[in-house]
Amino acid sequence: MTFSVAMTVNGKAVSGKVEARTLLVQFLRENLGMTGTHVGCDTSQCGACVVDVDGKSIKSCTMLAVQAEGTKVTTIEGLAPSADKLHPMQEAFRENHALQCGFCTPGMVMSAIDMVKRNNYQLDEATVRRELEGNLCRCTGYHNIVKAILAAAPAMKSAGV
Amino acid sequence: MTAETGIGARVRRKEDKRFLTGTGRYVDDLPLARATYAYFLRSPHAHAKIKKIDTTAAKAMPGVVEIFTGKDTADAKMGGLICGWVVKDKHGEPHKAPAHPVMALDTVRYVGDTVAMVIANSIDEAKDAAEAIKVDYEVKPANVDLARALDKGVAEVHPEAPGNLIYDWEIGVKADVDAAFAKAAHVTKLDLVNNRLIPNAMEPRAAAAEYDKGTGNYTLWSTSQNPHVLRLILSAFVLGIPEHKLRVVAPDVGGGFGSKIFCYNEETMVCWAASRVGRPIKWTAERSESFMTDAHGRDHVTHAELAIDKDGKFLALKVETIANMGAYLSTFSTAVPTYLYATLLAGQYTTPLIYANVKAAVTHTAPVDAYRGAGRPEATFVIETIVSKAATELKMDTADLRRKNFIPSTAFPYQTPVALQYDSGNYPPIIDEAIEIADYKGFEARRAEAKSRGKLRGIGFSSYIEACGLAPSQVVGSLGAGVGQWESAQIKFNPTGNVQVMTGAHSHGQGHETTFAQLVHDKLGVPMDQIEVVHGDTATTPFGMGTYGSRSLAVGGSAIMKATDKIIAKGKKVAAHLMEADVADVEFENGTFKVAGTDKSVPLGQVVFSAYVPHNYPHADTEPGMDENAFYDPANFVYPAGTQICEVEIDPDTGVVEVVAHTAVDDFGNIINPMIVEGQVHGGIVQGVGQALLEAAVYDKGTGQLISGSYMDYTMPRADNVPSFKLGYKVTPCPHNPLGVKGCGEAGAIAAPAAVMNAVHDALAPLGVKHVEMPATSLNVWQSIQGAHRAAAE
Repeated sequence: MTFSVAMTVNGKAVSGKVEARTLLVQFLRENLGMTGTHVGCDTSQCGACVVDVDGKSIKSCTMLAVQAEGTKVTTIEGLAPSADKLHPMQEAFRENHALQCGFCTPGMVMSAIDMVKRNNYQLDEATVRRELEGNLCRCTGYHNIVKAILAAAPAMKSAGV
Repeated sequence: MTAETGIGARVRRKEDKRFLTGTGRYVDDLPLARATYAYFLRSPHAHAKIKKIDTTAAKAMPGVVEIFTGKDTADAKMGGLICGWVVKDKHGEPHKAPAHPVMALDTVRYVGDTVAMVIANSIDEAKDAAEAIKVDYEVKPANVDLARALDKGVAEVHPEAPGNLIYDWEIGVKADVDAAFAKAAHVTKLDLVNNRLIPNAMEPRAAAAEYDKGTGNYTLWSTSQNPHVLRLILSAFVLGIPEHKLRVVAPDVGGGFGSKIFCYNEETMVCWAASRVGRPIKWTAERSESFMTDAHGRDHVTHAELAIDKDGKFLALKVETIANMGAYLSTFSTAVPTYLYATLLAGQYTTPLIYANVKAAVTHTAPVDAYRGAGRPEATFVIETIVSKAATELKMDTADLRRKNFIPSTAFPYQTPVALQYDSGNYPPIIDEAIEIADYKGFEARRAEAKSRGKLRGIGFSSYIEACGLAPSQVVGSLGAGVGQWESAQIKFNPTGNVQVMTGAHSHGQGHETTFAQLVHDKLGVPMDQIEVVHGDTATTPFGMGTYGSRSLAVGGSAIMKATDKIIAKGKKVAAHLMEADVADVEFENGTFKVAGTDKSVPLGQVVFSAYVPHNYPHADTEPGMDENAFYDPANFVYPAGTQICEVEIDPDTGVVEVVAHTAVDDFGNIINPMIVEGQVHGGIVQGVGQALLEAAVYDKGTGQLISGSYMDYTMPRADNVPSFKLGYKVTPCPHNPLGVKGCGEAGAIAAPAAVMNAVHDALAPLGVKHVEMPATSLNVWQSIQGAHRAAAE
């Protein structure tokens, strides 16, 4: 049995047919062809699939597509304000070499933005490390990810994002 | 070229924009029209006979396109997967080579072994159908305990390997080593387990394939670190598809760490089945499949003894190791515990006599092969743990004992007693720098301060040597390698002056698109944004060996340098013609050809244009075009070295170990992009810390079930398991490659486990704890503390 779902993804109204068991991440990747959101595990541990749903940071492998009916979803593809300008968090990741293979990166960036906002743009290293609990990276050893997030917090504040 | 972008500059990566904006293109991201989806039914048993497979009901399930089993592969006369390195045992006999069928035929040999391939219109339908396949297994006893794998009466994995022994191999002269031990003033003995690890690249393995009926051409997209080698294996040994009819593409690949070097069952089946199904096939591993079936790493049981004279000089080292191969011999598995392990046992020291005996065993577990460092972390762990233990026993400072035995800088090139000739190095300044950065002098004050908080603080050293950029081909061939170890490059200018750099190396996080562009930019003066590095596609790049063993810059970068030399040489001829000068008088600098001693000059861009629009051109001795190939076969390995110092604090009530500081000082030779090198070191250290404190692949010794089969059971290092790191560099350029570079990809993972464990042992020494096995989890540490308490009470 299939269901129709409709939601707003990165500001655009989208819809599609899904099974009851279709995950939000499957809907994004398979139905919409938005492959920026990644799947790195099957137990909601790795965080490669993190997206923003109605202002909340969500692992999109843990939410059914039908549960996202009517929501506003933001993915990694929807962050950069223009083709030649990155979001301050993306820019901080680039500037601080906070990515290597790039696979965990979309989830890291999405989680990091949420972390900065939830902590009111005030972060210290211990907080960043603790809050990265839900995101695994095998390449960077986290060193530069932590650096990037600490650098992005004031940049996001001054950019008003 | 400018100082901001040339060799040695911290150039921000060219590849980052696509990864940061969600526009990277990994195998699973490929949109393939009319794609089908594959799912593999796997063995739930470690060892069983397959009595019957019934796919009738499954084939009738909705959406099912086709189901294949081992019988289909046998009927098609498909070859088995190969092990590409023939190790000869101590009697000169080649290792035992059990068959490695692509799909299980009549026996399954580990949990996860491939039993059936279901292809359906959707992945959900494929999984539903797999559940309807009925397999009648006769379960047999499993052999998963490495320490006992070679004992009499243990279940045999393969009839071709009696007693589960693949080889009994040795290096060095045992009698000479025994004689040295007889004269020793002190002997330090050590028993250790090098824990089995699961690589866990964040992108699970994936494959997709398409067959073009009209041309008979196959395209296989694979998460491979070495697409040409994968194609060669599939063509020459397994599928028989001619190389020129098979294109292998490894697009963006999300980390490898060795696990994506090898030729695996699933990609083989996906490729083979594509022509039978007549539609593209996609397969992506679920994480639980990665845990079960990616080649695992390490897994040694070792006894080592170090003989020392009265002055603290090492006289001899003796090592006995049993190495786990898993259920089948993976692509390079046999070489890892021999030529990549025992040949490294000299470390940074002048130990004149070394004997190592390695027995490789098969077990009913996933295949074991190269994982970040591959043999070298295991060697470093043996050496650096036993040296620290010796220092404790001799009541010597651990750094002083190391210094006393370092190979002096005047002794290079240095011939070790275990085959390798170290090309260059200068170890004392490295440890001095590490001691300075880590404030070793202030350690006892920090230990006392920690004690006042109820914490046990310890410090540990690890001075590693690495041999990377495996080479030269002639030597590795004589040791049993089935391939050469050169690398290729092509520099292809376009008429408008921009340039494509094709490399046979493969980037899956290493940043080659930036580092390799820096080389070309620095040498030829072409702006960075006019250079595109192309890799990972057998259709567009010259045959190459791929990326592993920290080889890409030392070997692949050197090939690029050779190709730039050819461009300059040809460019000089064209420029001489254009400037009406003698070729011998033409110089090339910063992207411009000049006639020495005159103001005549012509930029490279104009020379390139002339080469493609050769109206005014030296046709008599110069072909049109500006497109040069180079192959580089190194004269030797490169030998990075370094010292790491780790400080831990342990809570004696809970056994929790916290890494509070970690310093690494490395000699990687010349550095092209320090930002990228630092990233490699950070990541390597954390993989080493993971091995030391968190990670262990655990099989149930009775049933052979993989207990650590998910991220809820296998502890990956997280951001709060590690501190920020302190790094330093010393540079002794490699004397035999054109860049003077060594390798940096594995160093962190090679050195860190011993540094961490030496710190743990140092912290626990006051309690009387002698030895903690990796991973030093809170449970392990707490139990060790309780054991020491009990021993003290008795």
